[in-house]
Amino acid sequence: MQPTPATVATPPHVNGQELQREPLVLGNPTLHDVTEKIAGIAVSRPSWKYWLTLGITGTAAAWGLFCIGYTIATGIGVWGLNNPVAWGWDITNFVWWIGIGHAGTLISAILHLFRQRWRTAINRSAEAMTIFAVICAGLFPLIHLGRPWFAYWLFPYPNQMQMWINFRSPLVWDVFAVSTYLTVSILFWYLGLIPDLATLRNYVKRRIPKALYTFFSLGWVGSARHWQHYEIAYLILAAISTPLVLSVHSVVSFDFAVSILPGWHTTIFPPYFVAGAIFSGFAMVLTLVLIMRWVLNLENYITLKHIDNMNRILLATGMMVGYAYAMEFFIAMYSGNEYERYAFLNRAFGPYGWAYWAMVFCNVAVPQLFWSPRLRRNVVVTFIASILVNVGMWLERFVIITTSLHRDFLPSSWDYYAPTWVEVSIYIGTLGIFFTLFLLFAKYVPVIAIAETKAILPGAQPEHHVVAEAAASR
Amino acid sequence: MMARPRPLAVMGNFSNPNTLLFAVRAVREAGYTDFDVYTPYPVHGLEQAMGLRRSKLPYISFAGGALGLTTALLLQWWTGAVDYPLNIGGKPFFAWEFSIPVDFELTVLFTAFATVFGFLALCRLPRWYSDYQHDAGFRAATDDTFVLSIHATDPQFELERAQELLRSLGAEDVRLVEA
Repeated sequence: MQPTPATVATPPHVNGQELQREPLVLGNPTLHDVTEKIAGIAVSRPSWKYWLTLGITGTAAAWGLFCIGYTIATGIGVWGLNNPVAWGWDITNFVWWIGIGHAGTLISAILHLFRQRWRTAINRSAEAMTIFAVICAGLFPLIHLGRPWFAYWLFPYPNQMQMWINFRSPLVWDVFAVSTYLTVSILFWYLGLIPDLATLRNYVKRRIPKALYTFFSLGWVGSARHWQHYEIAYLILAAISTPLVLSVHSVVSFDFAVSILPGWHTTIFPPYFVAGAIFSGFAMVLTLVLIMRWVLNLENYITLKHIDNMNRILLATGMMVGYAYAMEFFIAMYSGNEYERYAFLNRAFGPYGWAYWAMVFCNVAVPQLFWSPRLRRNVVVTFIASILVNVGMWLERFVIITTSLHRDFLPSSWDYYAPTWVEVSIYIGTLGIFFTLFLLFAKYVPVIAIAETKAILPGAQPEHHVVAEAAASR
Repeated sequence: MMARPRPLAVMGNFSNPNTLLFAVRAVREAGYTDFDVYTPYPVHGLEQAMGLRRSKLPYISFAGGALGLTTALLLQWWTGAVDYPLNIGGKPFFAWEFSIPVDFELTVLFTAFATVFGFLALCRLPRWYSDYQHDAGFRAATDDTFVLSIHATDPQFELERAQELLRSLGAEDVRLVEA
């Protein structure tokens, strides 16, 4: 029987020239070049820039940890919380950090399901960012407990008090959501790392690093029989992480929406929080990736096309967030509930109006820059915008939490909340912890998914019509 | 006294995925069953060319998810409605509506563990020692080389014939790997 020749789609042509997709990796590297570049980072000596940055972030982390110790030893009284405002910077930071993590899972899971191949350049660092952000987030509710040594009371375990946790409480859902999120993110990240750690195991020469990479690569040899299971495992983890990431910030928003406070008790909260989370997360990915690209000379791997794509997501999610701000006001007006109306008018024109309008500027106005293709590919503009969006999203959480609390149902309890130096220090400390962990990751773990990048290089995959023709001519 | 070296496999290296895929089909058509390909990244179509059956991993993951959901429902129902019924704001002791967040999270958590540990079990990992790890050509499979290996445990393994086949299929550095 004659084998049927494989049909090949004719690519579109302009003026007789074949239209090419913009390459995902520049400089046309070979497979070996990719290994050299990414694995080479692990054996190179870090520059003075690296040590300087690590010194600064390490100091911030140490100072933050000291202030956490001070809070635990003395009590929550060292914070600026007062009678109506019992949730301040701590819960703001918790929600903000959890949101930051969401972009990592979006990039690694959702973009994988949608076969967005450009994600390979940034998925590894975005996943690492997720884990570190969730670690920072988890610290805040823990310290907020006041007696964090009883944190295990949050989990259901048989105990001598013969009591169980209250599964009807959104705070318990939160414990389950955040701990599941952290665990699954670590599993997903580690699964993706196994083949790359094996590459490093065979690449490094020095004894101790080699032993460590050998241990953590679990004896991966790249067998096709293993790759087959690996790809299915990766797909399943991506498929379950996709609803997981949407659920986590929904559950975080239940902490507010299930209560009865005007300004919190709204059904728009879950989608609004998820959109905001992805928005802030992408801003943080951009901030980190732009620094990393510059320090580690990864311009050929993290290209302007990647930055362009991320800025488009920033623009889209920024407008979703803007829509949610407008809709909240509309519903408050339309509800006819005067307390709801007051909460929103007070949010925009009350004592925290400065924070509200700064938030609107950062989250709604700034991303509009990215309608321009030129600005989407401008590294400096992107960097500044990404930091402004981070600030804006922090303010959003602060505004939601504080404005609803500081005007209590009883006007006699009304108060104004401002943080003390301890709260500010702990926040800076978590930034220090986050960046310190990220710097250590960038030095010792492949910052770009080596195997995945190799798989998308031109010519890396077999062209089935060539194989079929070779078989036919035999 | 040293034991005599024992043949383990005949290996050949490839650098072009098209040649590799063609060679893998030819090795399979020649009747070999115990062979493997080592690649730096997943190569599309390789599992079909090798004639591998679909991975059983999805069944393991599903079982994990089902166990997670069952655990979550039983845990919330038994602790809330049987062992420690406590009236809080007149809410029911158990209802499927409020159980959904925890049901969902535990389903995902158990599925993830089942997937990762199922993957390791199916691959027989971790296994920190490989018989071939002293062969430099084999180690290059984590860098830039595709290694096609016909194992000596194959019932129809004959040294000369296997080497000849790999050479005729365009493999470079065809070699015998010994223990």
